[in-house]
Amino acid sequence: MSQTEGYNFAYLDEQTKRMIRRAILKGVAIPGYQVPFGGREMPLPHGWGTGGMQVTASVIGADDRLKVIDQGADDTTNAVSIRRFFARTAGVETTERTVEASLIQTRHRIPETPLSNDQIIIYQVPVSEPLRFIEPRETETRKMHALREYGAMQVKLYEDVARFGHIATSYDYPVLVNDRYMMSPSPIPKFDNPKMDRMPALQLFGAGFEKRIYAVPPYTSVKSLDFDDHPFEVQQWQESCAICGSDHSFLDEVITDDNGSKIYVCSDTDYCAGRVAASEEPQQ
Amino acid sequence: MNEVQSWQDIEPLLSVRNLTKFYSPGKGCGDVSFDLYPGEVLGIVGESGSGKSTLLNSLSNRLRPDSGEILYNSEQFGELNLYAAEESERRILMRSEWGIVHQHARDGLRMNVSAGANIGERLMAVGERHYGDIRQRALQWLEAVEIEAGRIDDKPSQFSGGMQQRLQIARNLVTHPRLIFMDEPTGGLDVSVQARLLDLLRNLVANLGLSVIIVTHDLAVARLLAHRLMVMRRGEVVESGLTDQVLDDPQHPYTQLLVSSILQN
Ligand SMILES: Nc1ncnc2c1ncn2[C@@H]1O[C@H](COP(=O)(O)OP(=O)(O)OP(=O)(O)O)[C@@H](O)[C@H]1O
Ligand SMILES: [Mg+2]
Repeated sequence: MSQTEGYNFAYLDEQTKRMIRRAILKGVAIPGYQVPFGGREMPLPHGWGTGGMQVTASVIGADDRLKVIDQGADDTTNAVSIRRFFARTAGVETTERTVEASLIQTRHRIPETPLSNDQIIIYQVPVSEPLRFIEPRETETRKMHALREYGAMQVKLYEDVARFGHIATSYDYPVLVNDRYMMSPSPIPKFDNPKMDRMPALQLFGAGFEKRIYAVPPYTSVKSLDFDDHPFEVQQWQESCAICGSDHSFLDEVITDDNGSKIYVCSDTDYCAGRVAASEEPQQ
Repeated sequence: MNEVQSWQDIEPLLSVRNLTKFYSPGKGCGDVSFDLYPGEVLGIVGESGSGKSTLLNSLSNRLRPDSGEILYNSEQFGELNLYAAEESERRILMRSEWGIVHQHARDGLRMNVSAGANIGERLMAVGERHYGDIRQRALQWLEAVEIEAGRIDDKPSQFSGGMQQRLQIARNLVTHPRLIFMDEPTGGLDVSVQARLLDLLRNLVANLGLSVIIVTHDLAVARLLAHRLMVMRRGEVVESGLTDQVLDDPQHPYTQLLVSSILQN
């Protein structure tokens, strides 16, 4: 595919990319720390992943192969339009297959297929500050991070247990990175939190609205917060995937008729398709 | 009175030297010096605008003074020159060895989380990670401040003013602080609610051996709680001494006016 005329490679100008790369490098040097950056307007409204797109635009090269997922799927409007955007502005190849991608921009999920050290995953982040719910003042949250004052974060979990008898937070579940910075993992299900821990791939996070970038370098410790007597747990399902039979992936509920009948299917469409294809191959 | 003498044999908890903070001439507090001993309750009285809150805020790490020194004898850090110390140390003090009870409960409580979480927060801030233990301690403290256990999951916004104030006290005391700062803790409450709160405070202070610096313009509150008083006027301490002495035999003409209640409300 060739690049659209009149735009710089991957849309952003080189000066902006350099500025964003500096923020990324700083983020990599201080895992989990939110680095402010002078965000640019992208030709998409906020809430459509402009933070992630700016990061992607700044790290993508002509040889990269890009995968974009939204809710685990490659074929949603948001995923399709971001993929098409980079195909046009950077002329890069795109793919729906996790194993083939060198860059993965995501909203809501981490692929089920384990990522490798030569891949980068870029998260679109709506709200970057994990302490915001308890402390609205930016000056104060910065101080809390600087002084590692994270007791207030535990209050959120306390409220969950007091109300529901267990930690009910199931998305955007707070983590401590490299035993130092409290980080919001973006609205991925907590099911995906363990995948972040010591992940071989570089993890980059872009928040367009708050203009923050943060990073988790490969093989970095990422711990989910919990209580000694209410340890962190991931979601579990009684059912298996109705398409591929997987009993270990994150499942979406799908209503199949007007009577409310439902089935469960893998949210990661590439993973599901890969399992179906493998089972259809002749047995050796 | 014997108690007073025995204080002199031990190290002061807090030594304040020439503390000064003025917003503009006459507005603030100037050249304040005193020692506070463990278990002592010091009242700061004076008319509105005399600088009581300015002094209390400067003492409690919330308002950097223009000049002067505050030396605090910390359990964790040893002798600490407050405003010269690391901010991290000062903030640790404020959530462990110190407590602050605000006049308006909403300044001292997190209104959007439950009473239990309000009490538990300081425990979690100092590293407690066992939910069952935190819950248990929250229940004990609710009982200690006479709030029904059944209210533990209610938000403070559902509490009466007096209950909010008691919750604020529980939230502070849960980490067993040694020094509590209070600014008009009974202000704005009905008389009967005030009396109950004062009674509770007096018992807690005595039972826990707390040191307290309390600001009030209500001399009845001062008499009930404070061992010693400082009388402020236009930013200066005009008289200080044992509470009974100051109130029963005031030396300074301003104190005499204050006591004769001409200046009271
Ligand atoms: N932030 C500020 N900026 C400027 N002036 C201030 C500020 N805070 C207080 N003042 C002034 O300093 C003086 C002392 O105020 P302070 O609040 O310490 O008095 P107070 O004794 O606590 O009064 P009250 O009994 O009404 O609470 C007052 O004249 C007040 O108007
Ligand atoms: Mg005041």
